[in-house]
This record gives sequence, C-alpha cells and structure tokens, in this order.
Amino acid sequence: MLVLFGATLRALPRIFRYRRNLAEQLFEIGNASLFMACVLSLFIGGVLSLQAGPLLTQRGLGSLLGGLVGASLAKELGPVMMSILIAGRIGSAMAAELGSMRVYQEIDALRTLNIDPVEYLVLPRVVAISVALPCLLVFSLLIGCAGGAFVAAFNADVAVSAAAFFNNLKTTLEPRDIIHGLIKTFLFAVTVGVVCCNQGLDTMGGPRGIGRSVTKAVVNSIVFILVLDYVITRMLLPFTKASMAGGF
Amino acid sequence: MTSAKTVESGVAVRVRQLRKSFGSQVVLDGVDLDVHPGEIFVLMGPSGSGKSVLLRHLIGLETADSGEILLNDTRIEDEGVRDRFRLAMVFQSGGLLNSLTVGENVGLYLSEHRLKPAVEIERIVQEKLALVHLGPKDSLKYPSELSGGMKKRVAIARALVMEPQVVLYDEPTSELDPLVAVTVGREIVRANAMTRATTLVVTHDRDLAFGIANRIAFLSEGRIVAVGTPEVIRASQDPLVHRFLSADFTRD
Ligand SMILES: Nc1ncnc2c1ncn2[C@@H]1O[C@H](COP(=O)(O)OP(=O)(O)OP(=O)(O)O)[C@@H](O)[C@H]1O
Ligand SMILES: [Mg+2]
Repeated sequence: MLVLFGATLRALPRIFRYRRNLAEQLFEIGNASLFMACVLSLFIGGVLSLQAGPLLTQRGLGSLLGGLVGASLAKELGPVMMSILIAGRIGSAMAAELGSMRVYQEIDALRTLNIDPVEYLVLPRVVAISVALPCLLVFSLLIGCAGGAFVAAFNADVAVSAAAFFNNLKTTLEPRDIIHGLIKTFLFAVTVGVVCCNQGLDTMGGPRGIGRSVTKAVVNSIVFILVLDYVITRMLLPFTKASMAGGF
Repeated sequence: MTSAKTVESGVAVRVRQLRKSFGSQVVLDGVDLDVHPGEIFVLMGPSGSGKSVLLRHLIGLETADSGEILLNDTRIEDEGVRDRFRLAMVFQSGGLLNSLTVGENVGLYLSEHRLKPAVEIERIVQEKLALVHLGPKDSLKYPSELSGGMKKRVAIARALVMEPQVVLYDEPTSELDPLVAVTVGREIVRANAMTRATTLVVTHDRDLAFGIANRIAFLSEGRIVAVGTPEVIRASQDPLVHRFLSADFTRD
C-alpha cells in the first residue's frame, strides 16, 4: 500500500496529462455522492441540535448551540462522516472497477501497451477523491448547520432562534477550525483512495475475488479513517485554541 | 494457408532453461525455445501445461525463477528493452478496456504515448480496424456490445497499432465458430506477412496450428517435448504428440 502511495506520488507531476480521466472521476464522485452527502449532513446537523440543544437550553446556555454544532461538524463529524460516505460510495466502486479490470486482464493488457496502471488508473482516482472530498466537507458544513438551525428553531425543547444560532456560529467558528477539518478530510481522502485502489489492484481469484476486495477496501478504509482521525486530531491539537500541554 | 517464407531481418526470441513455480507447483521446468525472426511459431500442449504462463513471461507480466529470455541478444529484463523492442500480446479474452470504445481501445497505445496527433490516430485506427474487417461504425461501440469473435479481432487490431516486432497470441480461436476462427487465422497470417513480426501463437486448435504454422512446438509438464515443421510434428513418434493429434470422438 505504501508502495502504491509512493508510486502515485511520483506520478503526480504527470496528472495534467490525465485531466480527461480526472474530470471523469470528479464528475462521477459528484454525481454519486452529492445527494447522499446532503441528506446525511442535514440529519447530522439536526441530531446534534437535538442532543445538545435541550441540555444547553435547560442550563440557560442555548445561545452557545450554534458554535457547538458548527465546530463539531467542521472538525469531527463532517470529515469522518463524509469520508466514510465516500469510502462506501466511491471507494467501493473504485475497488470493484480496478478489481474487475485485474480479473479480466485489462490491467495486464495496459501493461503490454507500456501504460503504467498506476499512472493511468490510480493517479486520477486518488487525485479526484482528494479534491472532491474537501469540497464535499464545505458543502456538508453549510447543509449541516442549516439542519442544526432548523431543529434549534422548531424544536420546543431547544427553542433557539436561527438568528441566535448563526450569530453564535459566526463568533465561535474560526477559519482555523475549518482548516483543521479540511486537513483531516484531505488526509482521509488520500487514504481512502490509496486503500481502495490498492485493494482493487490486488484482486485475485476471479469474480468472487472482486467481492472480497470491495468488502476489504471499505472496511479497511473505515478503520484507517477512525484511527487516523485520532492521530491527526492529536497532532493538530497544539494548533487549536483549547490546547493543553502533554498527555495523550 | 501454409506459407514457407524466407526470413528477413527481425527479432529472434530465445528462451533458455526457463523455470517458474507457483508455490510448490512447478509450472515451467526448464523450457528451451527458439523462435526465428518473422516466423509463425505455434505452441501446443495440454491444458494446464503452462503455455499461457510462458507467454506471460515473454511479455514481461511474470518474472522467472531462473533461466533467461532473449530478444535477439538482449535479455528482456535489461534496461530499456521496452524502448528497443515492441512486443504486443493478444489475450485470450481480448483484454479490451471496457470503459473505452473500440476505437479508443485500438488507438490507446498511440494516444497515451502521444505518438501521433489525434487526426492521424483516428486514421490509423480505422486502417487497422479495416484490416480485421471492422468498420467505422464498430469503432464507436463498447466492448460489451461485441461478440467474442469481434473482441478478438479488435484485440488484434490494437496489437497491430503498436507495429510490434513480436506478437503473441493466446488461444486466438478459442470460443469462436469455425468460420470466424478461419478468419482470425487468416488475419494472423496476413498480419505476419505484412509486418514480418515474429509471431508466437498458443492454441489447442489443430486445424489452426497446421494451417498457419511455420513450426510447431509441444509443451508438456513444463518442458518442450517436440519441435519442428508441421510435417515433422505430424510424423512425430512422441506418444503425447501422437495422442494429441489423433484424438477424435469416434475412436478410443
Ligand atoms: N498466477 C498464478 N498463480 C498460481 N498458479 C498459477 C498462476 N498462473 C498459472 N498457474 C498455474 O500454472 C499452470 C499452467 O497454467 P497456464 O494458464 O499456463 O496453462 P495453459 O497451458 O495456458 O492451459 P490452457 O490451455 O487451459 O489455457 C496451471 O496449473 C495453473 O494453475
Ligand atoms: Mg492458457
């Protein structure tokens, strides 16, 4: 996997040559995931308001809800949920496509044509997913906050007006929180892309192998996302406001 | 269809004591083979004897455990071999990219390596497709819309676009009806006559083998057990070759 990552990195300067493949992949990702991302974000934002809202309101802290929802979405739930969504929706498709190309000798055929499968197939996919996923995060953040505000305003137990919600959101959420989320998302995206392509290229044993590869690609991606999430959060901690020294 | 041809300049393929095992299974057990420049050389042998594995070694998709493969006098694993020699392979299943049209598949080598401008590529693609009796309409189709025989012909066209000095065919007529099989056999001979490429064909099809070969070899249990012109092979006393050539439904 690291080998594939290295090879992809080395091929990166040649991405311009593969802009057609790249555009195709980007379109594919947008097409396949925008609607799902929209629904998912709306409800995640909503449920955050629903869980935290009553607790804060009871203690007279309802005005803090906007910042809480926004920060949770930007730094944690947005990156993780969007990456998992993409692993399930796009990563699986990548593993299946490359797996079937492997099984049906398309990859071998490429190599006999002197075309490097990493450059031709993996590079555009990894780059596309790394570009698309951070964009998806921004999109998800907007929709998620709207969902949070909606629940905050219309749920009787929360009863925080949309104006108060967004006001607090604006004062609490800083650019660096969003950058924190974007960095995470980008690293998750590269991971999902490399893990899934690697799994696809490694497919063995006929059509049944494709199924196995897809399952492994998605499961491994999710495990990597969650482990990396902790590691990255820990590493980015010194750069956040609330940093405290030392420990895990 | 047999054509005794004089050999001009071209690429000789030599295999020396090639060995390959997968796990504990020995597949190639010291294969020696000489394919002369420009000839059509047919490799026959029982299923599972390692014919496809041998081809995959020749094109560089597998690495041998020991032994060597030479193109003229250059070892295939040497630096820059791929620049000096153009090798093409026609896979048993065609190996066409399903996400590309027939035309894009055929032109892929030229377009990916930026060897020609787009207009020129289009012209070459149509020319090669015409060689295998496919028209401009077919070039817009996707591989999933083709029959097995058409896929194979497209794969041949794609190989010819490389203007290869060595062409490898893996079971070019399996899964084909006799008429299409004959067509494909003729294409192989025609392409060989035109390009003078050294041609290695793996097949079970006795009619094809004796119809097109300059020489035939038999591979069995990882070794070459017989080599020679079709006449020599037909007269071979080797029990395997004899059984292989005389097997028929009406006799026991
Ligand atoms: N990648 C691989 N891993 C393990 N074993 C393999 C692999 N490729 C081939 N083999 C084994 O090598 C042997 C020879 O296979 P090969 O495909 O060369 O046979 P073949 O002579 O082409 O047969 P056929 O005429 O049926 O195509 C088989 O027993 C096969 O199981
Ligand atoms: Mg075979």
